[in-house]
Amino acid sequence: MARLVVLGGGVSGHTAATFAAKWLGSAHEVVVVTPNSKWNWIPSNIWVGVGQMTAEDVTFDLAPVYAKAGINYKQAKALSINPEGKESSDKPFVTIEYTEAGREGENEEVEYDYLINATGPKLNFGATPGLGEGSQLGEHTVSVCTADHAAHASDELDKCIEKMKAGERQKFLIGTGHGMCTCQGAAFEYIFNIEHELKKAGVRDMADIKWISNESFLGDFGVGGLHMKAMGFAVSSKIFAESLFTERNVDWIIGAHVSKVESGKIEYELLDGSTGEENFNFSMLIPPFAGVGIKAFGKDGSDITDTMFAPNGFLKVDANYGAGAYENWKASDWPKTYQNPTYGNVFACGIAFAPPHPISKPMKSPNGTMIGPTPPRTGMPSGIMGKTVAHSICDRILKGDNAPLHEASMAEMGAACVASAGKGVFSGTAAAMTIYPVVPDFEKYPGTGRDTDYTFGEIGLAGHWIKHILHHLFMYKAKLNPGWTMIPE
Amino acid sequence: MAHEHKHGEENIKAYGNNFTTMTPGPFAKWLRTCVIYQFIRFVIINLKMITVVKKSH
Ligand SMILES: Cc1cc2nc3c(=O)[nH]c(=O)nc-3n(C[C@H](O)[C@H](O)[C@H](O)COP(=O)(O)OP(=O)(O)OC[C@H]3O[C@@H](n4cnc5c(N)ncnc54)[C@H](O)[C@@H]3O)c2cc1C
Repeated sequence: MARLVVLGGGVSGHTAATFAAKWLGSAHEVVVVTPNSKWNWIPSNIWVGVGQMTAEDVTFDLAPVYAKAGINYKQAKALSINPEGKESSDKPFVTIEYTEAGREGENEEVEYDYLINATGPKLNFGATPGLGEGSQLGEHTVSVCTADHAAHASDELDKCIEKMKAGERQKFLIGTGHGMCTCQGAAFEYIFNIEHELKKAGVRDMADIKWISNESFLGDFGVGGLHMKAMGFAVSSKIFAESLFTERNVDWIIGAHVSKVESGKIEYELLDGSTGEENFNFSMLIPPFAGVGIKAFGKDGSDITDTMFAPNGFLKVDANYGAGAYENWKASDWPKTYQNPTYGNVFACGIAFAPPHPISKPMKSPNGTMIGPTPPRTGMPSGIMGKTVAHSICDRILKGDNAPLHEASMAEMGAACVASAGKGVFSGTAAAMTIYPVVPDFEKYPGTGRDTDYTFGEIGLAGHWIKHILHHLFMYKAKLNPGWTMIPE
Repeated sequence: MAHEHKHGEENIKAYGNNFTTMTPGPFAKWLRTCVIYQFIRFVIINLKMITVVKKSH
């Protein structure tokens, strides 16, 4: 009997574990180690953040789902990987610390034959003074990165709406809280949901709404922007984004590294080296992401974290980490199998794998501050990677150690993104976008780097309906309801 | 608002951040919430997304 241990029960790890359990059956064991008791469909946190959904609407308990799937669920966080075992045993293992109520702080060693690291991001609020401490959100801004954060954001938003109703003007500042953030899409969606809610509450004219981000141009989204087919043109996402911001009367600051957050005020540095300040009454700033800080130890107990992990804490995989300057970047730098180069039975997927480099061109201010988006690894690619890695491991377990690995490069993979504003069936609109491939391939698609037949975007009710359907579909699928395997990632 | 019918043009500030962008006209905005047109787009977008998903696996 082989044992697969999956670290992280989020979008990627949950996909990997559930497919592996299905494919392996009861002859082998799948263990999920994850500190959360609930699964969260994170994209819908945006609607929680404006009070259109509750935290309960976007989460469900993992225990019954894993019991149904025959998965051994340990509510715990991984502390270290010991890929060579220890002095007394060659069997690789992970050390975990329980977070389950009643067992907090209890440690255990869990041996594995195969390991998937799908631990997602550490929400690194602590990287910006005043934004928070470590992975804890500070008191000055709000967040929508977890369902609880989003519920708190909604409460704060309500307070602002009350103030505006009482005649007090409010300033909203939404975007990224550091020069090296990713996930601009989430902030983008949130700012337009706020704008929509304020309009609905009849207080839009009492609000000043501003965007601040580390993108060098509006509409970069961490993927170097994209050209979309629209009205017979291949139109840059910059034009689209600027158009939407203008239409909704939202101003913007771009190329910004937020260097300090205080009560009601941020300080920032721009790509041209200049600095500025911005006041706010309500601010949602996405934190930068890092790896969750898992350590790695050799057989003799020596620290081999640097061998397994990149300096940002993400696990090294089959990517080309030596590509160097932007001019040398190639689509083929991106990993295909997500296998760790040193330990062949260890894989990483979702946000947890170390990308070879950003997708957007890196930029630096004259003061040496790096300001530019790090690469996003959104839901659809995270799900596809999870399934691909599970497929490879199941093949190796069932067919033998030499079974070929399955491939899913972000340079050959698309993503669908729907940024919705509002939730009403006929009142909400959404920008629906697909991008293919996520990582531009300028050799295959000269000029834009993407296939403009499959990279498109438009605003309307249709996208909004799709967003609704996706919410229900993915919650349904993650609960492993009948027919779940038919729903694509 | 005096110029609401202009659909966002009034938000453009000469030589400001947003001076060089485009804004939708009344027809483009109407299409966004026209249920029949959006139903057709819904089918088309779904087909396109399914194709992208298929190409990605
Ligand atoms: C507000 C918001 C909106 C978004 N909207 C969209 C969208 O509309 N479309 C889209 O495609 N993507 C969207 N995304 C991105 C999407 O949520 C991520 O791509 C996806 O969640 C990544 O999956 P993952 O499994 O890598 O990480 P996660 O889903 O974050 O899962 C990581 C898991 O690992 C667990 N973990 C953490 N530390 C440890 C440890 N030490 N040991 C074990 N387990 C650990 C965590 O508890 C978590 O369960 C959004 C993200 C945010 C924040």
